[in-house]
Amino acid sequence: MHTKTIAELISGLRNKDFSSSELTQHFLDRIAAKDERYNSYISVTRDIALAQAQAADERLATGDAPPLCGVPIAHKDIFCTQGVRTSCGSKMLDNFIAPYDATIVDNYQRAGAVMLGKTNMDEFAMGSSNETSYYGPVKNPWNINCVPGGSSGGSAAAVAALLAPGATASDTGGSIRQPAALCGLTGIKPTYGRVSRYGMIAFASSLDQAGVLTRSAEDAAIMLNVMASFDDKDSTCVDQPLEDYTAGLTDDLTGLTVGVPDEYFGEGLNPKTAEVVQAAIKTYESLGATIKPISLPHTHLAVPAYYVIAPAECSANLSRFDGVRYGHRCEDPKDLADMYKRSRGEGFGDEVKRRILVGTYALSAGYYDAYYNKAQQVRRLIKQDFVDAFADVDVILGPTSPNPTFEFGSKGDDPVAMYLEDIYTIATNLAGLPGLSIPCGLVDGKPVGLQLIGNYFAEGKLLNVAHQFQQATDFHQQLPPETA
Amino acid sequence: MEWETVIGLEIHVQLSTQSKIFSGASTAFGAAPNTQACAVDLAMPGTLPVANEEAFRFAVMFGLAMNAEIGKRSVFERKNYFYPDLPKGYQTTQLQEPIVGPGVIEVELAGGQTKSVRLHHAHLEEDAGKSLHEDYQGMSGIDLNRAGTPLIEIVSEPDMRSAEEAVAYLKKIHSIITYLGISDGEMSQGSMRCDANVSVRLKGDEKLGTRCEIKNINSFKFVEKAINIEAERQIDLIEDGGKVTQETRLFDAEKSETRPMRSKEVANDYRYFPCPDLLPVVLDDEYIEAIRGTLPELPDAKRDRFVNEYGLSKYDAAVLTSERITADYFESVAKASGEAKLAANWVMVDLAAFLNKSETSMTDCPVAAEQLAGLIKRIKDGTISGKIAKQVFEAMTRGDGDADTIIEKQGLKQVSDTGAIEKMVDDVLANNQAQVDNYKNADENKRPKMLGFFVGQIMKTSKGQANPQAVNEILLKKLSEQ
Repeated sequence: MHTKTIAELISGLRNKDFSSSELTQHFLDRIAAKDERYNSYISVTRDIALAQAQAADERLATGDAPPLCGVPIAHKDIFCTQGVRTSCGSKMLDNFIAPYDATIVDNYQRAGAVMLGKTNMDEFAMGSSNETSYYGPVKNPWNINCVPGGSSGGSAAAVAALLAPGATASDTGGSIRQPAALCGLTGIKPTYGRVSRYGMIAFASSLDQAGVLTRSAEDAAIMLNVMASFDDKDSTCVDQPLEDYTAGLTDDLTGLTVGVPDEYFGEGLNPKTAEVVQAAIKTYESLGATIKPISLPHTHLAVPAYYVIAPAECSANLSRFDGVRYGHRCEDPKDLADMYKRSRGEGFGDEVKRRILVGTYALSAGYYDAYYNKAQQVRRLIKQDFVDAFADVDVILGPTSPNPTFEFGSKGDDPVAMYLEDIYTIATNLAGLPGLSIPCGLVDGKPVGLQLIGNYFAEGKLLNVAHQFQQATDFHQQLPPETA
Repeated sequence: MEWETVIGLEIHVQLSTQSKIFSGASTAFGAAPNTQACAVDLAMPGTLPVANEEAFRFAVMFGLAMNAEIGKRSVFERKNYFYPDLPKGYQTTQLQEPIVGPGVIEVELAGGQTKSVRLHHAHLEEDAGKSLHEDYQGMSGIDLNRAGTPLIEIVSEPDMRSAEEAVAYLKKIHSIITYLGISDGEMSQGSMRCDANVSVRLKGDEKLGTRCEIKNINSFKFVEKAINIEAERQIDLIEDGGKVTQETRLFDAEKSETRPMRSKEVANDYRYFPCPDLLPVVLDDEYIEAIRGTLPELPDAKRDRFVNEYGLSKYDAAVLTSERITADYFESVAKASGEAKLAANWVMVDLAAFLNKSETSMTDCPVAAEQLAGLIKRIKDGTISGKIAKQVFEAMTRGDGDADTIIEKQGLKQVSDTGAIEKMVDDVLANNQAQVDNYKNADENKRPKMLGFFVGQIMKTSKGQANPQAVNEILLKKLSEQ
């Protein structure tokens, strides 16, 4: 059962090949047996999962159940889940039981999906390797000496290791697409505003967007159908009509124009990765697409702008973790200042502290214009690059990540080297565009991700372009050797 | 050396919206601690703010009433600082693009002068919670009921030159917000709070002196006192060769002093930046004009109408219209009695004195407008004299009923019956033959003064109820006949 895609599980449940309770129990058993190796879950919500599965079975028996009913999934531990620890990968929230459900968690619950547990992640979603989690690093099922990517590394590893058929995730600068690439999965970050952020613990509010990690574009479409909604509790959510993302999956790609930016194939790109991506371009040509070289001239400014804006927003977003109302509070504070300093000093890890400090600095009197304002100007230029490009092309294609997965600790103490792993994904968040990563081959036995970027609210088109690739290739069906 | 005090006020007004500015929790005052704070107000992880349209509507009403520019695009920013009653670690407020831009209002001063005070801007923001330092055995309690209550902060230019002007301006703002119904304006409950920026300079100097910000002034009386005390302190300091340091000071009403506070926080860098959770709010002309159409008659317009319609002096009209409840009361009395001038006098003099003395607010006024109108009618138709009227009024304030009931019950009806008065006059003259002789022998020009004695005696006999005019006439007639 665990090798089946979500689409297959849905028909299996409807054909009564197995019940949701059997399916859920099966995944819970697999997690119990195997996750010690990957560390992909922070919390396994066994009792909730079994209760939800039973309810789903009852609903399925009526013959009137929504598509995802009875399908087990995992939630990234960044989403608040009522009555369940929601840690965000941090010691700060190790004791935090959320008093409410995030909107997307509620969406899945109402659709009858079963929650297996909460997945591991970089602390407060800050990281590209899952090494910053308070709960220890997640191992890449393709090679357990290597990182799964981050920050949604737990969700990616859980799906890649077949410990969940699909998982929710979030992406601020590549945190869905880069782990998808490194773990051989399909991952989509929708347009900013397509999915509610209510109940998703904020890292950088203007960049954060929830999405999904699955083993096929079709599964991603099924999951996104439930996740996407307009939510009046999130002022940045866009009241855009909902669409069925599965409807256009099989549309023919003849006449599709695919833009390939020069800047995504320059220095810094692993030559072997480049080769695999070039082969994928050929596949698209064979599917009837026209390839058009384009330029996104401000690409080189994306990482610097991001590392001003994201830390600036996070420096304020993380101020609420002060030890006063919830979360970690130091022992025996001697006064208020002591309580703040030690609670935050003890509760946050190094990468989180680094970004809070960088952000605080960038917003300080005398530096605001030089950093924050300048970065916002750059952000507008980057967005304009894409607007110009989409006047001529339907989708933009390139590598998701400059390198395949790397060994733990190999980026050493060089945060910038780590930040550059997100060089191709960050611009999408700055522009608010939807982006998707699909597997397009292996390099030295490690998966390589192909990134597709779409125009605003063109998730349907992206999933169609990804699905057609997956109809023509079998990269997405390859499993990590030890799980196969 | 002649000194000049320069004052600017920052007034925080709690808006009486149904719910908070960024959440659906109630804003009612006085609930048990933390019972009106939802997940958003508690800054639970993952929660997001949603702006309250009613708060914008109220702020626009205020801006229109102040003849100010309306910010058609306004932006919320985050003001970052740590404090336990500030759950998010930042206050969501407006800085660069506030909802209300520059404006100007006319303020009436005692003595009939007016003064223009310029509004720098007014912005929307959220209130913080309250830290409670008592009753917790050395620990602090936090009540977040108030957290997220909508405020408009009204920032004036430093246009005021005395504590009296500052109070007059503050009262004008109070009058406008209560007329608009956007706040109850209760300073004692913190619905309206005032910080004063005070500096001094030599008269004639163009350059402003170094200012101090005085916080925690929670009544009109204290605003006046705090400003005067602070100005004196600064003048003494400079005259003694010292220098004023820019700082935030706390007004202590009991000790009648201001003293420095939060010295550590004065150098705070608030690191403002636009709140990414809230999009800029754009208002179109249609929205603004629709609000303009809902504005009630404002104090200035009401004052001018009172002058034209009721023939009141501008000063009297201004006093009567400074509070909407008083203006409405006066107007009811004037209409019901048909005697606007008498009504104005009674409201401004007798009623005001009673409320002041008994420390009763107009809201709790025990004399209904119809009752006061009834009293005025009886003065006008001669049933009672002005003097007796005061007695009746006093009875009314004790809840003894309407004028006619009191007059009837206490037998206060004025005696205008000529026969009865003639009898009283005859008696008084007969019993005071010596005075009558003196009167008759006195010079013509001394006689009116001497007449007072007889009038007094007659009024005493009549227990004040004899019609004074009739007494005078009959008395003169009888004396000339003697």
